[in-house]
Amino acid sequence: MSTVRLNAPRALPAVVGLGSGVLFLVAIEILVRVGAINRFIVPLPSEVIGSLARVVTEEDIPRRLAQTAWECLAASLLLTAFGIALGALMHRVPLIRRACETWVAAFASAPLVLAYPLFLVLFGRSTLTIIMLAFLSGLPPVILKTVEGLAATRRVLINVGRSFKLTPAQQFWKILFPSALPSIFVGIRLGMIFALINVVAVEFLINFGGLGQLINELAERYDLPGTYAAICFVVLVSIVFFIVTERAERWLRS
Amino acid sequence: MAEIVARAPATRPWFSVVTLLRLAIVLFALGTWQLMAVSGLFYRGVVPSLPAIGTALTKLLSTGAFYWNLGVTAQEIAIGLAIGGLCGVVAGLVVGGNRFIAQAFEPYLYYLSPTPKIVFFPVMIMWFGVGGGSKIAMGAVSCFFPIALSVAAGMRLIDPVLIRVGTSFRANPWQMTTKIYLPAMRHPIVNGLRLGLGVALIGTLLAETKLSNQGLGFLVIQAYNSFNMPLLDAILVVLFVLAIGVNALVARFAHLDDIKPM
Repeated sequence: MSTVRLNAPRALPAVVGLGSGVLFLVAIEILVRVGAINRFIVPLPSEVIGSLARVVTEEDIPRRLAQTAWECLAASLLLTAFGIALGALMHRVPLIRRACETWVAAFASAPLVLAYPLFLVLFGRSTLTIIMLAFLSGLPPVILKTVEGLAATRRVLINVGRSFKLTPAQQFWKILFPSALPSIFVGIRLGMIFALINVVAVEFLINFGGLGQLINELAERYDLPGTYAAICFVVLVSIVFFIVTERAERWLRS
Repeated sequence: MAEIVARAPATRPWFSVVTLLRLAIVLFALGTWQLMAVSGLFYRGVVPSLPAIGTALTKLLSTGAFYWNLGVTAQEIAIGLAIGGLCGVVAGLVVGGNRFIAQAFEPYLYYLSPTPKIVFFPVMIMWFGVGGGSKIAMGAVSCFFPIALSVAAGMRLIDPVLIRVGTSFRANPWQMTTKIYLPAMRHPIVNGLRLGLGVALIGTLLAETKLSNQGLGFLVIQAYNSFNMPLLDAILVVLFVLAIGVNALVARFAHLDDIKPM
């Protein structure tokens, strides 16, 4: 009992946050029911919640989820391999780093996803288009964080490697890489988040694939509660993905 | 005398090894593209030659329609940024200024921030129509989260002395906001706006490519639909240069040294 009382103040903000969300939905429900909000624009929240189960069972969610997950995984593997390799190259050859680091940073701010029509022409309306765009969009943070991590290796560790007369390859794999891992993980996590955002966005835009296409299809059918439910589902999946990668990064860093 | 001349600070050459390497990389990339264009490995017209892209770029930049569409997109982004930015700054001030509100609502801002915003576009169409309103809304929704989080984080970094000065002068909440919080937070606000501008630009342009009859996004998808690849590449080049240029400009502005404690 005392534990409950002790935890109560801590739980209060969470309860207020959640309660505000519920109150907001109740208010929308009432406003739609009394006709203050057009139900052909905003469906009843109760209908949306009811549609969530229908969307999951009737819209082939497991296959769509698997497809989006596969596209994310493929893009993540590519951006990890290429990002770390390019980052290591930029660290190894300072001239390349000086020449290209600002370019990579600029590349990160470029709206690469807008080139999806170009990718459609090059790779067709296929999974490859989605994977390539997600890979390229998530690449800059991995490169930048790899360079940052490798450059931040403590001098004393490098000197220990030298005193053991390690070859450059041994120096990299036994000293530099393990020391840079925490920073590299940050980069990979950022890259994976960018990859997921771009995978869903391109799926939605080209009406192909998994979860993004689901929203597009339901919107084109004018299944209003279904569209809202699918959006909630995609947002939920993104949040779970974000939390899982955050926990994984924390675990790996510790 | 000769020694003195030798020791005098040498004028920096207009090119360095780094510049040469950059030039080599650019030339290599352009050469690879041109080789791809003439190799015959791709279907005809998929990879247009550099002269064809150059011609399309010149034509594009010399037509009034391009500038009109650029104006439409710029206007949508500006209004979206203004609405999303204002809401973001207010939300950031409220969340950052109160620990209880932060604990209650900041997790939602934090976890909703990295979700793909384009999925809200069908809802925006239903709420604001197929015209510019839905694109402005996309820009506003996209930029709200990074700005709110940036302002909330900045709010917590304000020197407590400044806040104590405000309270000792019995400043009311409006005076505290305008005289203490906002001036002390110019850096995070401008940085948040920079991040917000980037995502607002992407949100607005993606929405234009999905459903629109004006704007640069519309030009992109029109070029794709008519399989005018040189024009498509030319528009993308202009878009990337504009996006990277604006980002670099705001970044430079965000790091101005004139931002000093009041």
